[in-house]
Amino acid sequence: MYPAPSIIAFTTLSGLGFGLLFWLGVDGTPPTGWVALVFFALGLGLAGAGLLASAAHLGRPERALKAFTQWRSSWLSREAWAAAAAMTLMGVYGAALVLWQVDLRLLGWLGALACGGAVFTTAMIYTQLRTVPRWHHWSTPALFLLLALTGGALLSGRVSVAIPLLMLSGLVQGLVWWDGDRRFARSGTTMATATGLTGGDIRAFEPPHTGDNYLLREMVYVVGRKHAAKLRVIAITLMSALPTALLLLPFGHVWAALAVLSHIAGVATARWLFFAQAEHVVGLYYGKR
Amino acid sequence: MTCLPDKTDRQLGLVIDLDTCVGCHACVVSCKGWNTEHYGAPLSDQDPYGADPSGTFLNRVHSYELRPEDAPAQLVHFPKSCLHCVDAPCVTVCPTGASYKRTEDGIVLVNESDCIGCGLCAWACPYGARELDLAAGVMKKCTLCVDRIYNDNLPPQDRTPACVRTCPAGARHFGDLSDPASEVSQLVAERGGFELMPEQGTAPANRYLPPRPKDRWQDDASVLAPFLEPVAQEPKGFLGWLDRTLEKL
Repeated sequence: MYPAPSIIAFTTLSGLGFGLLFWLGVDGTPPTGWVALVFFALGLGLAGAGLLASAAHLGRPERALKAFTQWRSSWLSREAWAAAAAMTLMGVYGAALVLWQVDLRLLGWLGALACGGAVFTTAMIYTQLRTVPRWHHWSTPALFLLLALTGGALLSGRVSVAIPLLMLSGLVQGLVWWDGDRRFARSGTTMATATGLTGGDIRAFEPPHTGDNYLLREMVYVVGRKHAAKLRVIAITLMSALPTALLLLPFGHVWAALAVLSHIAGVATARWLFFAQAEHVVGLYYGKR
Repeated sequence: MTCLPDKTDRQLGLVIDLDTCVGCHACVVSCKGWNTEHYGAPLSDQDPYGADPSGTFLNRVHSYELRPEDAPAQLVHFPKSCLHCVDAPCVTVCPTGASYKRTEDGIVLVNESDCIGCGLCAWACPYGARELDLAAGVMKKCTLCVDRIYNDNLPPQDRTPACVRTCPAGARHFGDLSDPASEVSQLVAERGGFELMPEQGTAPANRYLPPRPKDRWQDDASVLAPFLEPVAQEPKGFLGWLDRTLEKL
């Protein structure tokens, strides 16, 4: 699949933002006043920036509000609702903390739940697609949620929680890559089932057109896979190993900030691979994966 | 609503004969022509006369080489357009309600004024039947020429999809696949018509008829066969000497 920068920014930033808001929502002793303002502005800003980036992906962004209508069948529509609910609840919860130093506990819990829902529904947009076997697996929402929790813990300065989460999310990411490489073969979709031709070996002889097309650009993105193995090492180092090492150093704000930046860069790289390495079954019609 | 109907009154669709298709791409051209001039946004091209031409098509013809182990290779032309699935995954993923499946005839359509161009339906389709038009920013797909098949202004013989009407080989058939007595259903039963990617669970309406088995050479096909053996297996004379000498070097 084409790794569109708008979608990578959307899933990375909104995951981070909702992760931070989740930890603020479940915090028994949440920050108040100016400190709260900084935290909530960061969380809502990241989540909002992610959602805006996703609108840049649309062919007709001026009609984006129509996406709220089909929550009964569509995960994308559910994601729109969950994100709007999470930002509204956390906005009110944060405003009470910033302006009046009041901790609306129940609202915090509800907001945290909605933040989890927003990340979960985002992941389900990809997980639901049977056409992309690498994504069509329960581990996709598990990893999205785990990465959001990790990034949120890191951003909100929860060092003792962040260290085990960084290690766990790194491990899960590794397992997802290992298993993901085998899912296309497991799905059972081949050129033989795609064309229904039997009785011999099938080869794509001629494509429909000499030029490329929307399908090939969008769903048969193969050029970026050359350095995939190296990028996996870079991604796991930046998102998991390096931040863990930095947090284990004697605490300093510079190290913590570096850990956050490294983690974000690592997650963005992993998200790039999430798209670039995802093979859509339509590629089989072109003799490609 | 982008929920799928429990049941449709009819299920219109195409039956494509892989045995008769000659790969002329006339269906591609007539489809592009009709659908550019009629229903919805035109099918745009980008850089059509330049170095890197590309465009929106609702129907594309692939060609495959089938290579049996004990027979000559066979070329199969393979037209592919929307299969108007009973369990269309493209419809349920749509966040705006632009994509829908009609209850009366099972045709899957896009209401272009509701489409936000998110592209998720194209991702959900295993067949590559949907293409985002880069000029209009909305999703385009085969309408089964819904503006022809019910069009009283056209002579009766033209009330079929443009691709079916134009096919010079008679490789494309249009009809109601939910009616077992219809011509297309009987054709499917007779020729062993199959679904594409059945494991994807889309229950496509369109069916493909397999290429008929080809004739094969039998043993001793000709009484002259023994006389047609190659005469000189090993070079003799000067060539033989050259061959042996070069071998030794």
